Amino acid sequence: MSPALIAALPFIGALLPGLLIRSGRDVAAISCATATAAALLGLCLHIPAILAGEVVTARFEWLPQLGLNANFRIDGLGLLFGILILGIGLLIIAYARFYLSRRDPVGVFYTYLMLFQGAMMGIVLSDNILLLLVFWELTSLSSFLLIGYWKHLPEGRQGARMALTVTGLGGLAMIAGMLILGNIAGSYDISDILNAREAIQASPLYLPALLLILLGAFTKSAQFPFHFWLPHAMAAPTPVSAYLHSATMVKAGLFLLARLWPVLSGTPEWFYIVATTGLVTMIIGAWIALFRDDLKSLLAFSTVSHLGLITMLLGFGTESAAVAAVFHIINHATFKAALFMTAGIIDHEAGTRSIARLGGLRRLMPVTFLIGTIAALSMAGIPPLNGFLSKEMMLEGATRTDWAGNGSLVFVMVTLGAIFSVAYSLRLIWHVFLGPERHDYPHKPHDPGLGLIAGPAILAVLVVLVGLFPNTMVGWLVDASAAAVTQGTQHPHLALWHGITLALLLSVIAIVGGALVLARYAGLEALRARFWRPDAKVMFDALTDWSLRLSHRLTDRFTNGSMARAFAAFSLTVLLCGGWAFSTGGYGGASRPMLPISVVPLVGWVLLMVATVCMVAFHRQRVLALVLVGIIGLIVSGCFVYLSAPDLALTQISVEVVTIILLLLALNFLPKRTLRESRDGKRGFDAFIAALTGLGFGGLAYAVMRSDFALPSIANYMIENSHKLGGGDNVVNVILVDFRGYDTFGEITVLGIAALTIFALTETLLLGASGRRLRNWTHDSRRAGARHPLLLVVITRLILPMSLVVGLYIFLRGHNAPGGGFIAGLVVAIALVSQYMASGFAWAQERNHVPYHALIGAGVIAAGATGIGAWFAGEPFLTSVYGYVKLPGIEKFELASAMGFDLGVFLCVVGAVMLALNSLSRIARQAGETVNAEPMDINPSRSKGGR
Amino acid sequence: MELLLSSAIGMLTAAGIYLILRRRSFAVVLGTTMLSYAINLFLFSTGRLVVDRPPILQEGATAYTDPLPQALVLTAIVISFGMTAVTVMMALGAFLEGGDDRVDMPRADREPDLARSREDFRA
Repeated sequence: MSPALIAALPFIGALLPGLLIRSGRDVAAISCATATAAALLGLCLHIPAILAGEVVTARFEWLPQLGLNANFRIDGLGLLFGILILGIGLLIIAYARFYLSRRDPVGVFYTYLMLFQGAMMGIVLSDNILLLLVFWELTSLSSFLLIGYWKHLPEGRQGARMALTVTGLGGLAMIAGMLILGNIAGSYDISDILNAREAIQASPLYLPALLLILLGAFTKSAQFPFHFWLPHAMAAPTPVSAYLHSATMVKAGLFLLARLWPVLSGTPEWFYIVATTGLVTMIIGAWIALFRDDLKSLLAFSTVSHLGLITMLLGFGTESAAVAAVFHIINHATFKAALFMTAGIIDHEAGTRSIARLGGLRRLMPVTFLIGTIAALSMAGIPPLNGFLSKEMMLEGATRTDWAGNGSLVFVMVTLGAIFSVAYSLRLIWHVFLGPERHDYPHKPHDPGLGLIAGPAILAVLVVLVGLFPNTMVGWLVDASAAAVTQGTQHPHLALWHGITLALLLSVIAIVGGALVLARYAGLEALRARFWRPDAKVMFDALTDWSLRLSHRLTDRFTNGSMARAFAAFSLTVLLCGGWAFSTGGYGGASRPMLPISVVPLVGWVLLMVATVCMVAFHRQRVLALVLVGIIGLIVSGCFVYLSAPDLALTQISVEVVTIILLLLALNFLPKRTLRESRDGKRGFDAFIAALTGLGFGGLAYAVMRSDFALPSIANYMIENSHKLGGGDNVVNVILVDFRGYDTFGEITVLGIAALTIFALTETLLLGASGRRLRNWTHDSRRAGARHPLLLVVITRLILPMSLVVGLYIFLRGHNAPGGGFIAGLVVAIALVSQYMASGFAWAQERNHVPYHALIGAGVIAAGATGIGAWFAGEPFLTSVYGYVKLPGIEKFELASAMGFDLGVFLCVVGAVMLALNSLSRIARQAGETVNAEPMDINPSRSKGGR
Repeated sequence: MELLLSSAIGMLTAAGIYLILRRRSFAVVLGTTMLSYAINLFLFSTGRLVVDRPPILQEGATAYTDPLPQALVLTAIVISFGMTAVTVMMALGAFLEGGDDRVDMPRADREPDLARSREDFRA
């Protein structure tokens, strides 16, 4: 199975619960499990190839210009993580089915879970760091949804937000780091980066890149001082904690460290930053875990500690330590997932997971006791369980490590951490399962059904089997993944007994020390309570509070609810930025000669200036202002004609008509006059800002027009190839439908969305308070005597076929002469609107059977289909072809595929304009506008008899 | 000619900004319309001013004006219609729903409520 398909299967699976949840939670769970199992099967089919040392890849170009390729690879490391993610994912899917209550929306849960699973698979199978970043952010988002799954719990929401803030910020840093890394290596493909070790480590940007990437990895893997989000994420349902916080998400950071280990490790910077962070995290996590009362919180801090251990091993930079790290990733995932599920069972069955309220569950829940004990002993590193094996290898590595010339510091500290680790593991067994039975459990505890117990039981069996037969069980997987991490061949000997070594001695010290610590637990706890302890949540809240207050202080000054103030601040900011940019930008001065001023433009200019001044002066009389706007628009289109832009002139003038009609229709329901409100001083200030901005923008326009192009214009390419490639003589139209067709496609989509927004707004307006207001509407201005005058009706009817033909003509000739879909669409819309104006919108609407929504949709589809058509010819999206057609009776004419695209533009424009106007007419109907039975008020053809 | 066009652009901008700073929605809509004119003209003028050389290929024509800004502005004109339509509908909606056509938030709602937004953030 292709690696890309393996990564895609969970995403496909994410769609299923939504479709199937009505058939019940069993079906939803089975559908997810099927997708997961299929992906796991596909992954396992690659095992022989990977064990033979191959790397399975699948490559797709996505955005090759950016170096972003959808490349996937499966090597030993990807295989290891893939098996963990999918294997434990299967167990979690089954477990969650029985864990979640009847009231929880299970379909949503499975969708989130599968999304998360897909994102994780994407991370571990990506062969491109940009692609990896996409999946990385996706894990942050989907884990946010999962942690906050119980939306009604404030802790859940806060924990989710904290996790997103911390891991999201780390992710941002990592993006920067990855970009630097890819820049040094000259490629964003991991395969290439792995070969660029020397170049990367010699680069002066190595340290910044390392720090940024580590920031991402450490926040994700909850390394000190970013460890605080993980315990708060425990507000999630237990299946989520078991999945995200034992096996997968928190291991994503470790995965990244392992993935980039061949290129980043081996330097003193790597050793001191990574190994030290890991060591400190390991000790602090274990120390805090020892004193947690909440079972899940204890496990969370223990996870922090174990993640620190693995980070430290990767930080050592030696091959044997990397092998130990990989091995411990497997072991930790098995025993920790089992423990989380056990904690969930206890919570589920006993009604609490507070250790203070538990104890003596040994006889009440014997199977749970057995599973929990095996897993906890493995966590403590007791032989012959799998935790012992990797811990021994870790101690072995620690004894061989110098820290700043000090040969014993690391292993002494590590042993201290191991002592705490043994202590909290034993405490978990002791204080939860052993001890006297109690009578005050919230529920009567008993072993759960097979559904809940199966998952942890399987994992516990694995814990024992891996411990007893490590080489048979996971030797091959450790070999393959360690080989992928170290980029060499590794055949470590995994065994329980290595003879009497220093590591064994340290293990014994840790076990005995841990037991002693537990024996003196009460005293230690009292001692700890005397010291001040920083509370990360308080600090985090203070920090968010502070930033909230700061942003309030900043934004309240500019946006206090007064739009004028916000706009004024905006205008002044733009002016300042523009002035600053201009003064530092090195303007070359006027280098182009001025065009001579002739009489006609001068007259137009005077008209425009006078109209603008009048428009501002009389803007409170709204209808008059609209007339003046029409004049200004007319002159602007005249300006386009004069300055060699016939297409623009046509567009401007037709848009002008539609806009004025729209504003007039709206004005019907708005006050006809604007009251004078602002004080003189305020108006003077506004005028000052306006004048400054006008001067600035006009000056900028003048400076641009008088200077030559700084770079050679790409216009020549368009002009030369317009006919050759696009088959059209109207270069503007060819640019719109061909060279920059994608932009146009976006633009008609936006136009369609705008029209649909207007439609949706109208729907809301017809309901509620405004709907009632409209029903009781009294018109504030005198109405015309004849609402549908005879003359207008007759003339518009006469004009209609002609204007439709004009529209068709403009459309057809658009490729070679001024015109095209935009203008034709507007012309046809105007022709239709004039009908609507003459006989009333509703009357005309009843005679029109084409829904405007459908017109917009058909337009977008037609444009898109034309673009897709190019694929069948093996060309990129929206490549056009053209040819000449000879039909009998008419001249030979040209037919270009771009015409289909232009047709889409045409339909979309007609639909959007008409839908906007239609919405206004519906408002008018609500306000009591009646529908006339006749097209005109006085219909001579119907008048009987006559004189 | 450049002087005429740039002064017109400046004038339209000034008128647009002045109207946008008014308190009533219709004036703001008119202001955005004026600003659209100014901006479209400016974008168009970045192709520099050329008389009598439309970008339509013809036998015998030797030079053409820059077609690219024209293509940009053509869609910009249509999009600014869409924008005007949406804003005017919003203005209409606000007037029908709220009973007046002021653009400012009512004074009573303006006080920045830090405590509440903090609550919202924590909850």
